Amino acid sequence: MATVAEERAPGAFVPSPFRLAERRQDTADTWTLTLEPVGGGFAVAPGQFVMVYAFGVGEVPISVSGPPDRPGEPVVLTIRAVGAVTRAICASEPGAVLGLRGPLGNSWPVEQAAGGDIVVVAGGIGLAPLRPVVLHTRARRGEYGAASVLYGARTPQDILYPGELEDWGSDLAVEVTVDAADTGWTGRVGVVPQLVAQTNFRPEAVTAFVCGPEVMIHFTVEALRERGVPDERIFLSLERDMRCGVGLCGHCQLGPTLICRDGPVYSQAQVGELLEVREL
Amino acid sequence: MQKELDEVLAQVPFFEGMPDDEITLIAGCGRNVRFDTGETIFRQGDAADTFYVVRHGTVAVGNFVPPRGDLVIETLEAGDLLGWSWLFPPYRSHFDARALSLVRATQFDGACLRDKCAADPALGYDLMSRFAQVLIERLQWTRLRLLDVYGDGR
Repeated sequence: MATVAEERAPGAFVPSPFRLAERRQDTADTWTLTLEPVGGGFAVAPGQFVMVYAFGVGEVPISVSGPPDRPGEPVVLTIRAVGAVTRAICASEPGAVLGLRGPLGNSWPVEQAAGGDIVVVAGGIGLAPLRPVVLHTRARRGEYGAASVLYGARTPQDILYPGELEDWGSDLAVEVTVDAADTGWTGRVGVVPQLVAQTNFRPEAVTAFVCGPEVMIHFTVEALRERGVPDERIFLSLERDMRCGVGLCGHCQLGPTLICRDGPVYSQAQVGELLEVREL
Repeated sequence: MQKELDEVLAQVPFFEGMPDDEITLIAGCGRNVRFDTGETIFRQGDAADTFYVVRHGTVAVGNFVPPRGDLVIETLEAGDLLGWSWLFPPYRSHFDARALSLVRATQFDGACLRDKCAADPALGYDLMSRFAQVLIERLQWTRLRLLDVYGDGR
């Protein structure tokens, strides 16, 4: 029988040093960091996450928004500064060294979706874990049918990657909506699940990738089901209170599953019923 | 012209499955209109004697909130319904509606429709059921926004 350490990626237990090469502020509380490996680094699949260690402060799980295809390439992370650790990470100056454990968790089934349509539904910072799916789809555009990105944010000022969203519109159907806006905004105002009804895809041939607050996921899944998308083709990235990232501490338990170990990506068929249990 | 409007309405999701004779009755109260970008469709307090089915373009529904200015509450796209204050007294608009782009819509005379619904309860029930569904959906989406799901929970 393999030990837990043997089952995990080589860098799962000991942080590897990464140097902050670039820091960009996306919104009032969100930054995108480009980190270059000091040593060998590692490849990351779309949807996987890393544990980011601000030395002397603490460690948090962060989904990779720009995954390196091979070791040695930089890792891109988009982080919302909402706690002591994430604030310390986002306040790091270029040249600072952070520790990364990973890659951790499973990945979005982008290969499995090839040949069909794709709909990416993201809310808030949930666009960050889905950015690799969009980049993958664009890089292999010919392998997919209709491809859409539906994105919801709180206000126009909270929209992540606004320049990229515009760019993605050149070969994907991109729809952005906000919860509230003043008259300076000429785009949509409403919630992102509303967009599902009007999106062009074949329900029997689409794969849906969904990430955002759990309430938003709930209503998005309902909207996808109303269109006839089967639960087996609706994939969600979940977030719970992760601590160790390697399936040992149990903090991210959701019923019979540990999100850091078995997820963070699940099909609705796998976790739909569990998400309805309030005690979990 | 009447025939053309019948055909246009039959393609609108709101009227999907409605019997042809009912669509013909409703079309008798409608006419096609257009609004240029930035044009006001109606303002808060205006007499609400019409509603619209948006066929093209985007409409912003909002309100003037001192001192923040004009706020957009929601946007409506092709296929959406605009206006329901015509349904009940005092028949006054509660919000502003403004064209964010060139808008083509079908405008319906509320008084004309109310008369036809009163004279034909089957038509009235069908139409009110459809409006109720739209109202419920809008209420549910509004409730979701009230949750402020993208806030940081503090």
